[in-house]
Amino acid sequence: MKTKAGRLSKTTKNDLITYAMVILAYIVMQLLVSTGHVSSLIQGLLVPFCTYAIVAIALNLTVGILGELSLGHAGFMCVGAFSSAVFSLAFKDAIPSGLRFFIALLIGAVAAALVGFLVGIPVLRLRGDYLAIVTLAFGEIIKNIINALYLGVDANGIHFTMKDALSLNMEEDGVVLIKGAQGVTGTPNDSNFTVGVILVLITLFIVLNFIRSRTGRAVMSIRDNRIAAESVGINVTKYKLIAFTISASLAGVAGVLYAHNLSSLTALPKNFGYNMSILILVFVVLGGIGNIRGSVIAAVLLTLLPEVLRVLSDYRMLIYAIVLIAMMIFNWSPNAIFFRKRVKQRLTAGRKSGKEA
Amino acid sequence: MSFAAHLINGISLGSVYALIALGYTMVYGIAKMLNFAHGDVIMIGGYVVFVTVSGMGMNPLASIIISMAVCTILGVTIERVAYRPLRGASPLAVLITAIGVSYLLQNIALLVFGSDTKAFTNVVTLPNLELFDGQLVIKSVTIVTVIVNIIIMVGLTLFVRKTKIGRAMTAVSEDQGAAQLMGINVNGTIAVTFAIGSSLAAIAGVLLCSAYPALTPYTGSMPGIKAFVAAVFGGIGSIPGAFIGGILLGVIENLSKAYISSQLSDAIVFSILIIVLLVKPTGLLGRKIQEKV
Repeated sequence: MKTKAGRLSKTTKNDLITYAMVILAYIVMQLLVSTGHVSSLIQGLLVPFCTYAIVAIALNLTVGILGELSLGHAGFMCVGAFSSAVFSLAFKDAIPSGLRFFIALLIGAVAAALVGFLVGIPVLRLRGDYLAIVTLAFGEIIKNIINALYLGVDANGIHFTMKDALSLNMEEDGVVLIKGAQGVTGTPNDSNFTVGVILVLITLFIVLNFIRSRTGRAVMSIRDNRIAAESVGINVTKYKLIAFTISASLAGVAGVLYAHNLSSLTALPKNFGYNMSILILVFVVLGGIGNIRGSVIAAVLLTLLPEVLRVLSDYRMLIYAIVLIAMMIFNWSPNAIFFRKRVKQRLTAGRKSGKEA
Repeated sequence: MSFAAHLINGISLGSVYALIALGYTMVYGIAKMLNFAHGDVIMIGGYVVFVTVSGMGMNPLASIIISMAVCTILGVTIERVAYRPLRGASPLAVLITAIGVSYLLQNIALLVFGSDTKAFTNVVTLPNLELFDGQLVIKSVTIVTVIVNIIIMVGLTLFVRKTKIGRAMTAVSEDQGAAQLMGINVNGTIAVTFAIGSSLAAIAGVLLCSAYPALTPYTGSMPGIKAFVAAVFGGIGSIPGAFIGGILLGVIENLSKAYISSQLSDAIVFSILIIVLLVKPTGLLGRKIQEKV
């Protein structure tokens, strides 16, 4: 971005297109909303669009740039959502909403980053299938613990237990913030579409610049050839951990947005379980592994389509599954790659001979 | 006495895990891929028995054989359509495809059978074993599952060591390229592995649903993941390891449910996976048993 206008490099131009696309979509959406062309159904989807776009970008950082499959990103989202929701609920009347959401955002991002870091230390020693299954395990552990957790606050400070609300042993004035499986209720509704879009832009800025940075290139070199990267002096564990922590932290930001869009927050398998992790993975695969702009588009489209086409909604998951398999085979099968190359060659050859004639 | 009861419940659960883990360990040992859909093949096997026994009133034994046939065909089809085109592609691509297949099977079952829980009729109609004047009851399903497990374990070990196809499997698991050069049909061998793994999944499905008679499209996914934990625990690729890992995991899960917290038992089971992978990634029997399936 430091290059002067007119002499932009290809990657910078690409990044600018991505930002422009998001801003344009925002302006168009705002215009449509203000002229009353948008149904309340779609208006309710505006914040989820941003949430899923952010978490899809976050997962793409792990899958596409780091080259490892994480099936636990719903867990990081969960950490971000609950830590920030507890904060916002506790300081509901003490801090004005704008500042409160900003602090909640920081808390969610830092909490998720911390958990991501702690999870990453053991997990990133593993590779491939084992890493995927362990991230899945961590995601389930996080969800299980939050489902069993009771947390309250009173004059004596913070109490927590794994049993029930009564065993918190609180004073009369105590407030229960997390009620086990019932989760957090009464979170102030601090998020809106504008905030969401700003967060998407910030996420894009962080991730795109990370990829172009020295650190990002180091991470990608580990993805492409770990041994070669190690032999030129790249500290594999360190760079993997950096990328994974950033990815977890951004998933936490998505969680904050998610939590502040709903008045009650529970850690169900549906929203923070394994299924959610798979759904995010579908966004990433459909948008193109390693393609950040694609993730945003796929996240928005796949959230919008089933709501607009109600007929599809019964078959939604089935279609996702087929898309996942078909995309993987088409993009990664050695035969398909060979086939695409041949078609491309024939096309370019045809064009050349056409020119000569 | 309650400890003994929890222990027996644990063995009951663990023996089902062990049976599923045998299928996992076969496929992982030879094709070097995590077949995420294994748990869902189990679920399909359960539904086939449910439909044939409760719907058509078939003899349970006949329905189990039909279920095994369906699952075998299903397993081989999955391998042919989804996994074979990706042989030689990056492990990430194979893993995502396997997740896609798992998702596909769940959603097909959801559309065909609906999301409501089906009450599965126990197909094991033998009397329960009562010890100490009925203070301690061992369900017949548990006994049958353990016996079936031991039979399959011995049978698989003999199959792998003594038959030509079994040796071909060992060769493919060691080195696919070299095996091919020696004239082994790698694709065929892997297809046979999937056939065996999937027919074991059908048996596991019947026994799982007989022991825990609630059948939904998601029945297979959690036990499937836990069985993978069991396979890793015992040492992936090792047949006795899968058995020991499965039993141990079932016992740990049940005891932690009984004595620590029922909500956190899953978390405890998954923590074991993490600890095993960090302390001894080869699993309990990973080093001792040199041969892989």
